[in-house]
Amino acid sequence: MDAPLAVYTGSPLPYILIPLLPFLGFLINGLLNRRLSGTVAGAISSLAVLGSFLIAVSLFWSFLHPEPQWTIPGTGTHQPYTVHLFDWIRVGSLHIPFSYQIDQLSLIMLLLVTGVGFLIHVYSIGYMHHDENVGKFFSFLNLFVFSMLLLVMGANFLILFIGWEGVGLCSYLLIGFWNKNTSYNNAAKKAFIINRIGDLGFLLGIFLIYQTFDSVEYGSVFQQAAKLPVGAGVVTAITLLLFVGAMGKSAQLPLYTWLPDAMAGPTPVSALIHAATMVTAGIYMVLRSNILFTLSPDTLHVVAWVGALTALFAATIGLAQNDIKKVLAYSTVSQLGYMFLALGVMGYTSSLFHVLTHAFFKALMFLGAGSVIHAMSNEQDMRRMGGLRKALPITFFTFLIGCLAISGIPPFSGFFSKDEILAHAFEHSKPLWAIGMLTAFLTAFYMFRLLFLTFFGEFRGTEEQKHHLHESPASMTMPLVVLAILAAIGGFMNAPLVLGRGYLADFLAPLFAYSRQANPAAFGAELDHATEYMLIAASVLVALGGIVLAYALYVARKARPAEDDAQRGFLENLVYHKYYVDELYNFLFVKPSMFLSRSLHDVVEKRVVDGTVNGLGRGVFGGSERLGRLQTGRVETYLLLMVVGIVVVLALNFMKF
Amino acid sequence: MEQTIPEVIRTVPLQHYVFFAAALFSIGVLGVLTRRNAIIIFMCVELMLNAVNVLLAAFSAYRADPNGQVFVFFIMAVAAAEVAVGLGIIVMIYRNIQNTDVNLLDRLKW
Repeated sequence: MDAPLAVYTGSPLPYILIPLLPFLGFLINGLLNRRLSGTVAGAISSLAVLGSFLIAVSLFWSFLHPEPQWTIPGTGTHQPYTVHLFDWIRVGSLHIPFSYQIDQLSLIMLLLVTGVGFLIHVYSIGYMHHDENVGKFFSFLNLFVFSMLLLVMGANFLILFIGWEGVGLCSYLLIGFWNKNTSYNNAAKKAFIINRIGDLGFLLGIFLIYQTFDSVEYGSVFQQAAKLPVGAGVVTAITLLLFVGAMGKSAQLPLYTWLPDAMAGPTPVSALIHAATMVTAGIYMVLRSNILFTLSPDTLHVVAWVGALTALFAATIGLAQNDIKKVLAYSTVSQLGYMFLALGVMGYTSSLFHVLTHAFFKALMFLGAGSVIHAMSNEQDMRRMGGLRKALPITFFTFLIGCLAISGIPPFSGFFSKDEILAHAFEHSKPLWAIGMLTAFLTAFYMFRLLFLTFFGEFRGTEEQKHHLHESPASMTMPLVVLAILAAIGGFMNAPLVLGRGYLADFLAPLFAYSRQANPAAFGAELDHATEYMLIAASVLVALGGIVLAYALYVARKARPAEDDAQRGFLENLVYHKYYVDELYNFLFVKPSMFLSRSLHDVVEKRVVDGTVNGLGRGVFGGSERLGRLQTGRVETYLLLMVVGIVVVLALNFMKF
Repeated sequence: MEQTIPEVIRTVPLQHYVFFAAALFSIGVLGVLTRRNAIIIFMCVELMLNAVNVLLAAFSAYRADPNGQVFVFFIMAVAAAEVAVGLGIIVMIYRNIQNTDVNLLDRLKW
């Protein structure tokens, strides 16, 4: 079998450096933890990520301008290629090299991770400068970037899995970063454990891939998969297992509950890990193995419905949250649901497009929320905010752009990506489209509810907080501005110039060549222009409706969310308590397993294990105490015993025993 | 006519030597087992050693084999060295506890 992908033969140095720079940053900051000042530590990690970003940009540039021998014959596009670093595992027929795959998808993810990552690192210098463990924070953040880069660059499922676990670990470490608070630690544990559930599915999926295709290399797996018929049972099994992994990492129903709790971490962490990059790993994985998913319409159906229901479910919960970061967290879950909806209806490009735009505007909003929290002396409850527009003009303005973008108001980035997803959904299934539209309405409503409650009206905090209000330092506002620009214009990278396909779609098209070849029918026909205009108009109207409703309620009528102990109607109560899902899981899974552990502890551990071990110890102790009495300290006894012994030996000797 | 030493030894029957040595050895053992004074115990040990020496000399003479006498010399040399070291130890013990009762030395008991 010849290699399905071209192998890069030049110097591997830049490819090694991309993940290595953040890793070095991790080592330096980790080893010199308390010896570096916060600013120096922040500068080191930011520069490390900036270095990776610059290398990624140059790789991207040379990918866009290929030398003739690297182009795919007949087109001007660059061939995807692998960079072989070393043989990692070679046991019998199992051969897993440590290599990277460089193609359109990994390059875009590289740019996203290092670019947004760099901005967030810079922001963290300002945000974390009061903290006593800045060095630890930046080393974890760099370790995260390193793992995430491995995840997107790896050329086989195993390296993907290493990165996958690495980002999970960093997520755990950073959620529990303020580890003196027990509830934060519990949130970290929850994230870790729920992710393990998903990882189990992912791992089983990888095993099944190896069993079926005798390889875990992307190139060879996908080449062989493309020859299978549509709807092959084993592919459905593989994709469903992979999707379980994606559900855990990307917080989809029913494994989403860890993400809102993950807001316990410092806000830059929420922006980088729990909005822009790590949670999109599931979408990256599905996109990477798009040929497998295309071959299994059943799985795609499941993906689309899980995504749509998650989008709606999380959006409704977002309506009633009062913690500024919780609203953003549920919004993230909801937007991730959108991305899976797009994957499920085979809008692969639009899904990645939404990953990008979402990374811009959600990172922007998290950082904006961080700026607000910073100004409010760590207050996160929106009921204590209000009127911050004047005190925090840059934050307000950038946040407004973020809200407009996520609500889908043209020409901001979210409009283009969300609209594409809705158009794909409309093509495939009207109910999915309807759910998407309803979610879009709710999204616009809760985002502007957040905006109005935070930045409009009267200030509702304490006098002390009011006195302390200040715009954040430049290291925090600069990333906000850059992200705001990206969130505003980012949509144009795939804007349909004349309602055709955008630039991004053309760029990504080679990624889906196998899918297109295996199941051309599934991609669906292009919609005619009249329908597209209709859809655009409908989604913009719906978004405007949400904004107007929020304005009417929270600005014109000055409605305020009720306090925690207020009386609520049944539905309102249900939503306010997040549908009691946590309580349900607690009852269904946590309590029984706690009960099991307790009883095992009380019976097996205490009685059986401890009994054996302690009994053995007691036996030896008692025996030795009795034996010890022989040592009387009286010389006569010893001598007598000696003589008796000699006599006995002699006697035995004479009697010829 | 002058008699050689083995001839003199052989004038006494061998059994007498054996009984004598056995008695001497038993006295030594009993002394070691019953007395508490370190010096007496020490003397009893010498008694046992000498019982063995007598026996060795007797057997050597009766069998006309000089090996036994060579052993006697070895035993005497070892006993002399033992006396030098042992008495030194006993003197040190006496200086420390003003006594030579071996049962007072039980500090290494469990």
